Amino acid sequence: MIRVVLPQHLRTLAQVGGEVELQLHGAATQRLVLDALEARYPMLRGTIRDHGTHRRRDFVRFFACEQDLSHESPDASLPEAVVAGIEPLLIVGAMAGG
Amino acid sequence: MSGVRILVGTRKGAFVLTSDGKRDRWDVSSPHFAGWEMYHLKGSPVDQNRLYASQSNGWFGQLIQRSDDGGKSWKAVGNKFVYDGVPGTHQWYDGTPHPWEFKRVWHLEPSLTDPDTVYAGVEDAALFRSTDAGETWQELSGLRGHGSGPRWQPGAGGMCLHTIVLDPSDPARIFVAISAAGAFRSDDAGKTWRAINRGLRSQGIPDPNAEVGHCVHRIAMHPSRPNVLYMQKHWDVMRSDDAGDSWQEVSGNLPTDFGFAIDVHAHEPDTVYVVPIKSDSEHFPLDGKLRVYRSRTGGNEWEALTAGLPQSNCYVNVLRDAMAVDTLDPCGVYFGTTGGQVYASSNAGSSWAAVVRDLPSVLSVEVQTLQ
Repeated sequence: MIRVVLPQHLRTLAQVGGEVELQLHGAATQRLVLDALEARYPMLRGTIRDHGTHRRRDFVRFFACEQDLSHESPDASLPEAVVAGIEPLLIVGAMAGG
Repeated sequence: MSGVRILVGTRKGAFVLTSDGKRDRWDVSSPHFAGWEMYHLKGSPVDQNRLYASQSNGWFGQLIQRSDDGGKSWKAVGNKFVYDGVPGTHQWYDGTPHPWEFKRVWHLEPSLTDPDTVYAGVEDAALFRSTDAGETWQELSGLRGHGSGPRWQPGAGGMCLHTIVLDPSDPARIFVAISAAGAFRSDDAGKTWRAINRGLRSQGIPDPNAEVGHCVHRIAMHPSRPNVLYMQKHWDVMRSDDAGDSWQEVSGNLPTDFGFAIDVHAHEPDTVYVVPIKSDSEHFPLDGKLRVYRSRTGGNEWEALTAGLPQSNCYVNVLRDAMAVDTLDPCGVYFGTTGGQVYASSNAGSSWAAVVRDLPSVLSVEVQTLQ
């Protein structure tokens, strides 16, 4: 079970209150987490990564275990604590603007 | 009894303002989509409960929202805007080729006959259409494929397709305007397009009479006379009597002919409204006085409408999609400002009152006359 924390705007859009829990089929990577997230909440498509290229949107960040995973390969394994459900994967709107 | 619903898009959310037909007491909704930029909301002319809204921000991109109950509830629908084929390039600010990239939806124009059909004008400039109530979008790529496409260049606000005008007498005729390419018309439901910029003269481009490159800010039409178009260009207020084949300047006695918004009285095709703005480098009214100008002669002769509007220390702007009219009698006229005010006139502009004063900066105002 992977735990995902969405930023406030996307929680509102997806109509979820707290964390999202996802069951993955395969290795836990950013790509599979986002695939599963978008499958359950189709309204999130295009808001975290580009529809076509699946490239992360510029002002979205992925944090976990006090690390910035934003620049990791989308196919890299997530930290063990995230895979084990001990720590959540944080999807964050980058600090920008006023 | 009839009523009026004003759909207000702002930098930080959307607001729905409602009144009965007297238009003297208004109910202001809580913000919808709080914190998001709401470039435009518009209702279907054939189903007053069907609304479409463009929602975006720099973090999470573009969303389209649809309401089937007049704005009480909303559903996120399709937000996949993919250019048809190889997107190609347009000119960048420095004149170099730049690939077409989707940024946001500026304007949504519901069909005049089918509530499930809606057009979207986007940045980088292109026209999309949905025929399934916003669930999926297809580009009408003949516009971007117009031979002049590689020469289009962004205006200061981006290379946006911001105006879509549908001809009520001819379902195949569509007008669009792009900053800073100009105006275009299709006579075959969007398959092919021609530039309709003859008569426009723009000092900011090397050839003032060029086929494209004009910074058109908005076009308005009266539904009873679809061959007559009014245009607020970057500078100049223009009029066409032949569906855009040619244009004549009708700025007349305006104190400045720079501006963004332009609209036409619901029952008088020769009565036109603009909000003159001092200049393209100072986006606020002349002399700190917020004045709507009305022409009852189809242009050239303009009168200042000031009653109820601030006549000192006013430095707001009125953006291109931030003026609209209702169809009651007398005609109601509405506009929103970058200072967060929405002003309404229930007597065709002769006097004004603020419906609300402290919204976020207003991007768009559309009005529905409710039955």
